[in-house]
Amino acid sequence: MPTLENAPATAPTSRGRRRKFRILPYVLVSPAVLATMFIIFLPMLQAGFMSLHKYILYRPKDTPFIFLDNYIRAFGDEVFWISLKQTLIWIGLTVPLQALLGLVTALLLNQEFPWRAVARGLIIVPWALPSVVIGLMWSWIYHPSYGVLNDLLLRVGLLGSAMPWLANPDTALYSIIVALMWQGFPFFAVMFLAGLQAIPKSYYEAAQIDGASTWQQFRHITLPGLSGVMVTAFLLRIIWVANSIDVIYVMTGGGPGYNTHTLPLYSFIRVRSAMDFGYGSALAVIFTLMLLAAVVIYLRRVGKDIR
Amino acid sequence: MARKRTRLRSFLTVELPLIAIILFAIGPYVWMFITSVKPESELFTSQVIYWTAHPTLASYERLFQHTGFLGNLVDSLIVASFTVMVGLSLSVTAAYAFSRFRFPGRRLLMMQFLLINMFPIVLLIIPLFIIMRWFGLLDTYPGLIIAHSTFSIPFATWMMTSYMNAIPVSLDEAAMTDGCSRLGALWRVILPLCRPGVAATGIYIFITSWNEYLYAMTLTVQNVRTITVAIQTLIGEFEIAWGLLTAGGVIGALPATVLFMLVQRHLIGGLTRGAVKG
Repeated sequence: MPTLENAPATAPTSRGRRRKFRILPYVLVSPAVLATMFIIFLPMLQAGFMSLHKYILYRPKDTPFIFLDNYIRAFGDEVFWISLKQTLIWIGLTVPLQALLGLVTALLLNQEFPWRAVARGLIIVPWALPSVVIGLMWSWIYHPSYGVLNDLLLRVGLLGSAMPWLANPDTALYSIIVALMWQGFPFFAVMFLAGLQAIPKSYYEAAQIDGASTWQQFRHITLPGLSGVMVTAFLLRIIWVANSIDVIYVMTGGGPGYNTHTLPLYSFIRVRSAMDFGYGSALAVIFTLMLLAAVVIYLRRVGKDIR
Repeated sequence: MARKRTRLRSFLTVELPLIAIILFAIGPYVWMFITSVKPESELFTSQVIYWTAHPTLASYERLFQHTGFLGNLVDSLIVASFTVMVGLSLSVTAAYAFSRFRFPGRRLLMMQFLLINMFPIVLLIIPLFIIMRWFGLLDTYPGLIIAHSTFSIPFATWMMTSYMNAIPVSLDEAAMTDGCSRLGALWRVILPLCRPGVAATGIYIFITSWNEYLYAMTLTVQNVRTITVAIQTLIGEFEIAWGLLTAGGVIGALPATVLFMLVQRHLIGGLTRGAVKG
C-alpha cells in the first residue's frame, strides 16, 4: 500500500536525481582529465607537429614544413637501424632475465623459514634506488682499473687481464643489461610472490595425494596460477624497460660509438646534443608507434585467456 | 634426527640460494657504501682493498661543505612533495568517479589513464622543453613539478581507483542516508578508509619523483637542481671523484629506499588488484 501511494510522489524527484548524477561523474573526472590534456596530450600533439618540420633549436627562424621527410630520413639512417636492433636485444634479454631471476626469488621467498620478512625487505633494495645512482654504482663496479668485478675475476683466474667492460663494443650493451636485470628483478619477485600466495594450498595437497612430482606441481599448478600476474608484470616491464634510457645514458651515454644506443636514447641524444628537435621528435613518434603495436599484439596473443 | 635433516635440507635448498640472491641484490649498494667511507688513498690501488681499516667520513664532509648538496636535497624535497600533492589532489575525485559510477565513456577514460603510463618519456620530454621555454618555466620548481605530474596523475588515478574498488559501495549509501552528500561521503567515509592506499600511492609518487633524472636534467639548469642531477654533475665539477660520488649516491638513495620498504606491501596489493580487475 505505501509503495503505491508513494510512487507518483517520488518518481519525478528520483528522475531529477538521476539526471544530476549523470553530470556528476564527469565533473568528478574533469580535474584529472583536463590536467592530462594540458600536460600530456597537448605536448604530444606538439611533438607530432615538430616531427613534420625541420626544427633545430638554435635556428628558430628557419623551421620549414617538410612533411614526412624526417621519417623518410630515419629509415635511411644507419644509426636508426643499429638502435632498433639493439632495442630488440635490450628488451628481449633484459625482461626475460629479470623475470627468471624474479621467479626463482619468489619461489624461494614463498617457502617457510625464520628470516623471511628480512629477506623480503632486502630483496627490493635495487628497485628503490635512483637510476643515476645505479648507473654510477655499476660503472664503478665495471671500472677498468679499479673496478671490483675485474679484481674478483682476476683473482679467481677467470680473466687473464683487466677488461674495460663499458668501453669494449662487444661487452658494453650486455654489461648494462646485467645492471638493468639487477634493477628490475625485485619487481618480478614481488609480483610473483603476490601471485603465489593467491594459489590455494589445497591444490598442492590434492596433487600430492595423486602422486604428482614437484616438477608436475610446478608445471600444472604454479605456472597456470601465476599466468594472470605474469601477463601484467611482463606488460609493465616491457614498456618500462623499453623506455628506460637513464641508466644507459649515465653509464655509457650511448657509446662506445653507437654500441649502446636504443631508439629512445637515440632520439634523446639527437635532441640534446644536436638540438635537432624535428628529427628527434620523429624518432620518438616512430618508437612510440612501434611500442604501441608491440603492446597490442602482446595483449591479443597473451591476454586472451586472461580476459 | 629426521627433523634436523629437513632443517638442513631447507637451509641448503632455500636459504643458501636466497642468501646468494640477496648478496647480489644489496652487494652493489654495500660496495658503494664501503667505497664512500674509504680514505682517498685506498680507492685507486692496483689491487682492490675490500675492507678499510681506516673508515672516514671525509667524503661526506666534502660533499656537504663544498658542493651544495644540502640545497639539492631541499630542491628534491620541494619538487617531490608538490608532485605528490598535485598528483593526489587532482586524481582523487576521478578515482572515486571511476570506482562508483558507470557512465558513458568510463572505460575509454580509464583506458586513457592506463595508456598514458605507457608513453615513452622521450616523446614528452622533447615538446615539454619547447613549451616550457615559451612559458618561461624552464629551470623553475613549477616546471619540474608539472613534468613529474605527467606520471603522477595517471598513476595516482589508476591506483586509487583500485583501492576504492576494495571498499564496499554500501558504505557510501549508508553515509548518504545519514545525510552526507556524494562528496561528503567521499571525504568523510571513503578517503579515511583508504588512507593506507592513499599513503602508499603518495609515497610511491614521492620516490619516483625523488629518483627521477631525465626531466630534471633536461628542464632545469641552476636555480633548481635535484639530487639526481647533482650527483651526476659531481663528475664534471671534480673530475671523477669516486669517494664523493659514492657518498652522494649513498645519501641520495637513502630516503627513497627506506620509504619504499615501508609501503611495498600496500603498493603491490593495489597494483595486482588493479591489474586483475582491469
